[in-house]
Amino acid sequence: MSQTVLIKIRRKDNPNAAPYWETFELPEKPFANVISCLQDIQKNPVNIGGVRVKPVVWDCNCLEEVCGSCTMVINGKVRQACAALIDPLEKPITLEPMSKFPAVRDLQVDRARMFKDLEQAHAWIDIDGTHDIGEGPAIDQETRHKAYELSQCMTCGCCLESCPQYTLDNNFLGPAVFSQARYFNMHPTGAMHKDKRLEPLMKEGGIANCGNAQNCAAVCPKHIPLTESIAEIGRQTTFHLIKKLFVE
Amino acid sequence: MIKRQAKVVVVGGGLAGLSAAMKICEAGIRVVLVSHQPVKRSHSVCAQGGINAAIDSKGEGDSPDIHFYDTVKGGDFLAHQPLVNDMCHQAPAIIHLMDRLGVAFNRTAEGHLEFRRFGGTLYSRTAFAGATTGQQLLYALDEQVRRYEHDGLVEKLEWHEYLGVVLDESQVCRGGVFHDLRTGALFTISADAVILATGGPGQLYGKSTGSAVCTGSAAAATYLQGAKYGNGEFIQIHPTAIPGQDKLRLMSESARGEGGRVWVPKDPKDNRNPTEIPESARYYFLEENYPLFGNLVPRDVASREIYEVVYNKGLGVGGEAMVYLDLTHKSPEFLDDRLGGILDIYEKFTGDNPKTTPMKIFPAVHYSMGGLWVDYESDGNGLIDHQSPRNQMTSIPGLYAVGEVDYQYHGANRLGANSLLSCIYSGIMMGPGVANYTKTLDKAPEDIPSSVFDQARIKWESRFKEIKSMNGKENPYSLHQELGETLLANVLIVRENKKLEKTLLKIDEIETRFGDLQCLDTSDWSNPTPSFINQLYNMIHLSRIIAKGALLRDECRGAHYKPEFEIVQPDEFDPHEYIDYLEKKSYEEVREEAFPPGHLEYMKKFEENNNHWLKSSIAVYKSNQPEISYEDVDASQVTPRPRKYN
Repeated sequence: MSQTVLIKIRRKDNPNAAPYWETFELPEKPFANVISCLQDIQKNPVNIGGVRVKPVVWDCNCLEEVCGSCTMVINGKVRQACAALIDPLEKPITLEPMSKFPAVRDLQVDRARMFKDLEQAHAWIDIDGTHDIGEGPAIDQETRHKAYELSQCMTCGCCLESCPQYTLDNNFLGPAVFSQARYFNMHPTGAMHKDKRLEPLMKEGGIANCGNAQNCAAVCPKHIPLTESIAEIGRQTTFHLIKKLFVE
Repeated sequence: MIKRQAKVVVVGGGLAGLSAAMKICEAGIRVVLVSHQPVKRSHSVCAQGGINAAIDSKGEGDSPDIHFYDTVKGGDFLAHQPLVNDMCHQAPAIIHLMDRLGVAFNRTAEGHLEFRRFGGTLYSRTAFAGATTGQQLLYALDEQVRRYEHDGLVEKLEWHEYLGVVLDESQVCRGGVFHDLRTGALFTISADAVILATGGPGQLYGKSTGSAVCTGSAAAATYLQGAKYGNGEFIQIHPTAIPGQDKLRLMSESARGEGGRVWVPKDPKDNRNPTEIPESARYYFLEENYPLFGNLVPRDVASREIYEVVYNKGLGVGGEAMVYLDLTHKSPEFLDDRLGGILDIYEKFTGDNPKTTPMKIFPAVHYSMGGLWVDYESDGNGLIDHQSPRNQMTSIPGLYAVGEVDYQYHGANRLGANSLLSCIYSGIMMGPGVANYTKTLDKAPEDIPSSVFDQARIKWESRFKEIKSMNGKENPYSLHQELGETLLANVLIVRENKKLEKTLLKIDEIETRFGDLQCLDTSDWSNPTPSFINQLYNMIHLSRIIAKGALLRDECRGAHYKPEFEIVQPDEFDPHEYIDYLEKKSYEEVREEAFPPGHLEYMKKFEENNNHWLKSSIAVYKSNQPEISYEDVDASQVTPRPRKYN
């Protein structure tokens, strides 16, 4: 074994336990990524002090950056562990759980709030039923292209981890939800229920709470134009407000 | 009488589970949706290239009948034909539904759905959303299920694992046993029916294109409780994947559908940069050997060809087990629009830009055609009776299986872009039948004696206590790796009986060593180790089904290739000769001269082999071993015949 890699992991046994750092020394392997290193720890859970410890716990699934599960903070940057190849990373490597979501254990956090917030924002198309009523609406290529950019959001939480407005204990919806509202409002059928999506975004925790730090778009692993979505939702909510004033 | 509201548990939140949940909610039935992870992170997100439907938007003359023919032929005629036929005829309606749900499918200039070509067909039949079609379809279904969750019809239990089924005294499924992966709590849920949509078993092989949760554990646990498991030996090896320590990442067939060419340098010592190797020094082996289908031969054929070129001819790139998949002749704009997602993955994981440098790829374990045996009811006209409670029901009454975990639809080899279709089709198709099943039940879940559920829970509590007390020498994760390496070495593209016999002995050894495991972590909170040990136990049993099924099947069919038993097709053979032969045979003695030399002998051998082996293999758990028997296949519509792609 010629080369080894040092990995420093911020661990926590349960949500109420104190966090602690633990370092592991692992053999360097070709094509290794953070996940394969964590798997190596499972096969030999011994820390750098030679002490046998409990294997590190983390979440992962697809391992090809399309499910969003293995998001964590690697060398200070929030990203997916599967796409973090070991070779280009600065050593020793540090792994930490995301800080904006309730801690579960070690690198695991609970992102349930993100899914609940999608429900608040009416993030779906209202269809009449699943029976066969023929083709969907025709959509021009440009609109489709824009929609596809937005539809790749994996609900991974990178944007929220980097957002100064989003905290563990507030109710800010955050860029991922704003962008999803824009996505559904862009669809010909989705647009019919535009208001249902805009109303919740105009309440406390909505679009007005965005501080325009623009960190979100910079960290998005899918390069979703989140700041553009925020601007667009800002525009849509303003129009909605004006429309409401006139109607009332 | 007050009508009671039925309750169905759906285990798994991929395309099959979500489409079943959506359809069942639509019938007003409550659904409890159980998943290891938030359903939006299910393995379906990994599907890339597209979903098939013979909409024929390009005027090529495609039709659901041709789709049906391509699919049963691609599967080497091992699939029940009424199901495949029904699926292919429902496919256009399914694509239109997904389109209505908002999936960002690629479009034509007129704004209609765009289609591209995929393997095993000559038609542009594959609708797609960039190269992340699975992810896009899954999100649309996830959104619809969220809508029902919002309306109170769906209760989601994410971070929960299915351990087994609850059977009453008549062996009818009355619910399931579940494990809370956070608190470690074990509990039962009573239900009118349980649907397993738990996906494939890629993790058996250690490294595959499968996700971390694709252990096949739920299917195996159910087999251990008496459910039949069908066609286990048919494991699809995808021809094009990229290497990794943790998994082998898929490089979609759509790369070839959009014009990607597979080649190796003619001279294995040619170490030039691939872009500097002239056309004359390249061996485009798929195009040369299969002029008609070219790079788009079905996956079993492509994987075998790559194996042949790399191992038997020694032509792998740089002497390694790799071939080139080349897209560099296409414009970057075209590639971004049609294949962006997968090309990004390639670049991220290898550091090379596939728009300027040919990709290096190799086959990887990808899909299980086999799975839990499930039933169906034909409508008598070659299609399926959608109201039948028998559709997708396992051999345990009240327990259903759907998606990759079932054994239907793909026979001995699945065609690309048919898995997304079969998952959504079967999930939707089974809905009315499940609703009808709940109406036939004489007892509501509440009327089942609580002792039935207590016993099931107590059994699992003692099982987990036992696992946590394991204090031997073996590491469960290392033992899993060894199991995977054994299967990779012996139950892959080319299979030999001697090696398969050794594999079964090795599995026995691994099972013995399982008894000497150490439970590395015995804590109660969010501890994956005991759960993994239980999964490993199930994986050992599932790998035995696959290896034993492969050992017993002495023939070549689809993904199951045993050179010892290969019936070599004459070069100039035309599959229609076989249809002629069968017809002639029905009214006269067929003479040698009626066909080109050697063809009759070949056809007789082929017929004899089909008489013996054109059957589903069915594994049943008996005295710690799979007992394998064979069931007839419904091939009533298209006559099984030799496959040919050149």
